[in-house]
Amino acid sequence: MKILVPIAKVPDTTSKITFTENNTKFNPDGVTFIMNPTDEWYALVRAIELKEKQGGEVVVIHVGRADSEQVIRKALAIGADKAVRVDADPTDAYFVASQIAAHAKAENYDLIITGKETIDYNSFEVGGMVAELLDLPAVSLVQKLDVENGVANMKRDIEGGTETVEVKLPLVVGAQKDLAEARIPNMKGIMAARTKPLTVSPAVDADKLTTIISYAVPQKAKECKYVSPDNVAELVKLLHEEAKVI
Amino acid sequence: MAVLSFVEVADGKIKKASVEAAYYGSKVAEGLGTDSLALVLGTISADELATLGQVGIKKVLHANDARFNNFDSKLYTKAIAEAANNAGANVVVLSFSNNGKLLAPRLSVRLKAGYVPGAVELPAFNGNAAVVKKNVFSGKASAQYQVSTEKKVISVNPNSLSPVRNTNTAAVEAFTATVTDADITTTVKSVDKITGTIPLSEAEIVVSAGRGLKGPENWGMIEELAREMGAATACSRPVADVDWRPHHEHVGQTGLTIRPNLYIAIGISGAIQHLAGVNGSKVIVVINTDAEAPFFKAADYGIVGDAFQVVPKLIEEYKKFKAAH
Ligand SMILES: Cc1cc2nc3c(=O)[nH]c(=O)nc-3n(C[C@H](O)[C@H](O)[C@H](O)COP(=O)(O)OP(=O)(O)OC[C@H]3O[C@@H](n4cnc5c(N)ncnc54)[C@H](O)[C@@H]3O)c2cc1C
Repeated sequence: MKILVPIAKVPDTTSKITFTENNTKFNPDGVTFIMNPTDEWYALVRAIELKEKQGGEVVVIHVGRADSEQVIRKALAIGADKAVRVDADPTDAYFVASQIAAHAKAENYDLIITGKETIDYNSFEVGGMVAELLDLPAVSLVQKLDVENGVANMKRDIEGGTETVEVKLPLVVGAQKDLAEARIPNMKGIMAARTKPLTVSPAVDADKLTTIISYAVPQKAKECKYVSPDNVAELVKLLHEEAKVI
Repeated sequence: MAVLSFVEVADGKIKKASVEAAYYGSKVAEGLGTDSLALVLGTISADELATLGQVGIKKVLHANDARFNNFDSKLYTKAIAEAANNAGANVVVLSFSNNGKLLAPRLSVRLKAGYVPGAVELPAFNGNAAVVKKNVFSGKASAQYQVSTEKKVISVNPNSLSPVRNTNTAAVEAFTATVTDADITTTVKSVDKITGTIPLSEAEIVVSAGRGLKGPENWGMIEELAREMGAATACSRPVADVDWRPHHEHVGQTGLTIRPNLYIAIGISGAIQHLAGVNGSKVIVVINTDAEAPFFKAADYGIVGDAFQVVPKLIEEYKKFKAAH
């Protein structure tokens, strides 16, 4: 089985988020970048588990510049077999999805597994776009994935429950928690990653459909109003009369 | 020109988040001076469809075709795109729901439309360009997205705006999507609904508890408070990790993101990864023994106190309040 896992590079969750140029540009200074958590913990690890069971190959693809190498090598250290870096700035989701689709078109993957969302723009976009560009079925928010006889059996989240579905390969899967247990790269993996193939390819032309024109950080920290533990009735009153939420 | 809102159905009823999307679509249509249409796929009563008029939908296109009763992103995308093209829709609005999160990006590609995921406000139009606000960096900031393509797709973050209802009924018109059985890609094997509780993603009030509760045997009072308030229950990640609570209750960066009107956090420290899932809540109440707990910085109301004393009192006071109102 041939599996493609697109990986994104995002600011670590605990990073302080700031902007420059009059709040029009994200400021990367002092920010630690990591592999997008759902890509790493769930999409990549489940892909590797499926390969370990059934044979095949796991390829990771990343759209970004040379400074992303560390993130790509980590994916190889965790167990991907090879990597492709499309040498371009990931300007918007459609641009990124177009790069991934252009690569996948030529390679005939059985499965493309993305993380459900990235923790920077929280958009849930790339997987669906890749599926449409390749005219493939897609299932997102998947917490269980097995493949047997060319059919993927999956459990996905629906509002207020879960749904178990079957789809014939090839397809695009959006991974979320419970799909796999995160793996920490070991020394052997880290050594092996140094010599695994990393191909750098140029970007294909693609439109940019959206532009972020400005950012804002919430004005100021909320002012917490304290209520005495001996006067809980006051809290109920405030929630009703002041906050108007009950 | 028209605005088409895609409306989802669950158990024969229009989903709450889709009512919000339809209202959003109607407001966009009003702003553009154009028609507000809705599309509904699958089996549902005409009476239920007509209620979309209450949030400003003039006409509902209804594909009364049982093949749509199971969600299939490829099949749905084809049908929605066809309806949008037939109606000459230049804006398509969906809910940023579990299904909408997958449909909207597909539609964006199919319609060559710029897409804004998870809008939290109505768009501002500047000529043909729309500018839409959405939250980014797990709620730590917001961004204004500009879309200048002729067609636009917007998905609406649930609980971002409260629909104002009127007494109108919408006209319902049959819509036949040119799909064949070969377009069906997904077979639904089974559905597991968590019964007897309010789905967390739709709840207006959420009562949530963390490690401060000491053990699973102490959740009785949390469930009772939730029951009294008509709230859903949630929890922090470590509590789900050790199986004190079911996994579907886990909120935060690795769990669900929710935006209820009221979020009551009991015995939760307020780590940044937890806040990422709940900082969109309109009002946050924090009950914690530690006055230094970081959650108080994100709270509107706080009680520094022991949950085991405060929560029973809160149940009692809420009961009194309910009896009086
Ligand atoms: C990559 C990553 C992702 C993560 N994702 C998530 C996520 O999605 N969701 C999530 O929740 N966490 C997540 N975490 C974990 C997070 O960092 C915190 O560890 C976690 O939220 C803490 O849970 P807690 O507040 O229940 O427990 P604790 O931090 O142990 O806090 C317990 C709180 O209870 C209070 N308390 C104790 N006794 C009482 C009492 N009797 N009455 C009232 N208060 C009391 C204490 O003062 C304390 O503030 C993630 C961590 C990482 C590294």
